Amino acid sequence: MNASATGRDDERHAMTASGETAIEITGMNKWFGEFHVLRDINLTVYRGERIVVCGPSGSGKSTLIRCINALEGHQAGTITVEGTELSSDIKNIDRIRSEVGMCFQHFNLFPHLSVLENCTLAPIWVRREPKKEAEDRAHYFLERVKIGDQALKYPGQLSGGQQQRVAIARSLCMQPRIMLFDEPTSALDPEMIKEVLDVMVDLAESGMTMLVVSHEMGFARQVAHRIIFMDEGQIVEQNEPEAFFNNPQSERTKLFLSQILSH
Amino acid sequence: MAGEKPVAFVAERQIPPSPPPVRTGGALGWARDNLFSGVFNTVATLLSLAFVAYILAMVVPWLFLDSVWNASSLQGCREVDDGACLAVINERFLQFVFGFYPEELRWRPILAFVLLFVAIWPALFSSAPRKLLIFSALYPLLAYWLIWGGSFWGPVGAVVGIAIGWACIRFLPPLVRGRLDEGLAFLAAVGAGILATALWWLFGVTAFDGALSSVVAIGLEPVESARLGGFLLSTIIGVSGIAGSLPIGIVLALGRRSHLILIKAVCVGFIEFIRGVPLITLLFVAWLLLSYFLPPGTEFDLILRVVIMVTAFASAYMAEVIRGGLAALPAGQYEAADSLGLDYWKSMRLIILPQALKISIPGIVNTFIGLFKDTTLVIIIGLLDPVGLLQPIRADQNWNGIVWELYGFIALFFFIFCFAMSRYSMYLERNLDVGHR
Repeated sequence: MNASATGRDDERHAMTASGETAIEITGMNKWFGEFHVLRDINLTVYRGERIVVCGPSGSGKSTLIRCINALEGHQAGTITVEGTELSSDIKNIDRIRSEVGMCFQHFNLFPHLSVLENCTLAPIWVRREPKKEAEDRAHYFLERVKIGDQALKYPGQLSGGQQQRVAIARSLCMQPRIMLFDEPTSALDPEMIKEVLDVMVDLAESGMTMLVVSHEMGFARQVAHRIIFMDEGQIVEQNEPEAFFNNPQSERTKLFLSQILSH
Repeated sequence: MAGEKPVAFVAERQIPPSPPPVRTGGALGWARDNLFSGVFNTVATLLSLAFVAYILAMVVPWLFLDSVWNASSLQGCREVDDGACLAVINERFLQFVFGFYPEELRWRPILAFVLLFVAIWPALFSSAPRKLLIFSALYPLLAYWLIWGGSFWGPVGAVVGIAIGWACIRFLPPLVRGRLDEGLAFLAAVGAGILATALWWLFGVTAFDGALSSVVAIGLEPVESARLGGFLLSTIIGVSGIAGSLPIGIVLALGRRSHLILIKAVCVGFIEFIRGVPLITLLFVAWLLLSYFLPPGTEFDLILRVVIMVTAFASAYMAEVIRGGLAALPAGQYEAADSLGLDYWKSMRLIILPQALKISIPGIVNTFIGLFKDTTLVIIIGLLDPVGLLQPIRADQNWNGIVWELYGFIALFFFIFCFAMSRYSMYLERNLDVGHR
């Protein structure tokens, strides 16, 4: 089993694009008031790389990926996304946001717009694309997340899994270079988790750079190049999946893994 | 228990869906279930029915069977029958509608009223042609010109003023690009635009009007504000206040949530001050004090001043209603809009406001209705709205002693307007309700 797993790891690395940097975080710190939520984060994400971030609740993993598209500001250190440094300049932030797609735990679809309009809104208003072109692409991505027949419905008429797939399609319509996922399956019924994970695996196979905050360890084993374990605002351990699961180094990682894998 | 009944169970077949049980007996069944389901309910129902019958037995003959429509005085009514003396409304109807508006010019407010429905059509119903919105935007000036008359170039001059303000906001920031912070430049341009428009309105319009009138004189016979009254006056103040308070309220609500300290302070100050002062005080300010603050010699119409005050008052309430709607939206909506790269104005316009306004519809309509009824307060500063017209009528020798008929008539007018607004808001809520199965 170990041999075949290693084989799969090699395969995955073959899929990793060259050493080009997608995201570079150095010496990043963040506080919520007095609370030191992110402590000296250093992380380089390469193009085409897929990283799963895990850790106990309150460890700062969501905050970390929300800093990457400036939904949260950071107070110290630098974050560089696709060559653009995140500063307080609004122009920079808007540019980075249109390069970085994000999916949320609670989907955050726009309930007053149809599925199709959810997908075409940003391309039309941010990228100034013609309506026809934006709709064609929206249909293409809705097909790809296997929900093409629901394009004219409203989000409230869909199940949770369907909504999350629409949210993924909505982000893809902006043709981002990087996709961030903030616990995309945590709010879903068990039956629906698989349909969302299938879409994410499909996306991973297309070579998208992905940062996923998730507790889906099966998904992590299957697609991640690297797993990052965070605790108390700090990156405690990172490694390739097999090594991470089979041979965790730190005590905190061992404890965490024993808790989530025990049931 | 486990000993008697086996725990294990497997469904042997899929139960097919079947229609729900038929409700028993239509209206009669409903009455039996809801009105006569017990001794207490039966007694309460019978008592209520008796009460309704008693009221109807008094009102119906008074209002319909024994009422008098044609007489020249209360005395005359009484000689015919002892019901409602509606002859007073018959005689004074046009005065109630128009105040003292010159009789031969009354087609003008009527035309303005008819055009009002054309103007609000695209705002109320999404099925209306979008191009009509241009007419809606120009309607206030058209209505002003129709009702007050005067030179056609006056309203055109007012439009030019707005164009000047817009041009300042549009073309000033690029001139200072690079030398000034962008947000600051925009704020400065908005300030300059407002100032330029105000100056043009105060000083430029008269010259513009005079110059063009000397070339081509187009005009309607002017009508003084003092001659406006009745429902015409209520409608002018109410509709202007409603049309003005919604956009101003939205801007104030957004401003109150702004991160820019200056904007936030101005909005909070405006809202708290205006909301903390009785409307009557503001009307007195409009009536007496405002003239002291304006450059000497400026003619500033009293009705216009009242409209401004009523609008400001309603805007402050509106801002708080809309702020409630903004606060009710989940933070995820703001984050999703941000994460797609929408800038502030686009995310407000496309994502946040459509939802926040929908949530706020009951509160917004509540404010509208309150504003419309508050227009009767202008009686305090001597304007002759319908309630103001009652005094001279009741003081008239012929109609002395009539109370119910007159107040009832005015109440009916306000009720029709307010009820229509209420029904429309319910229609709108139903129409905007998508996706909640």
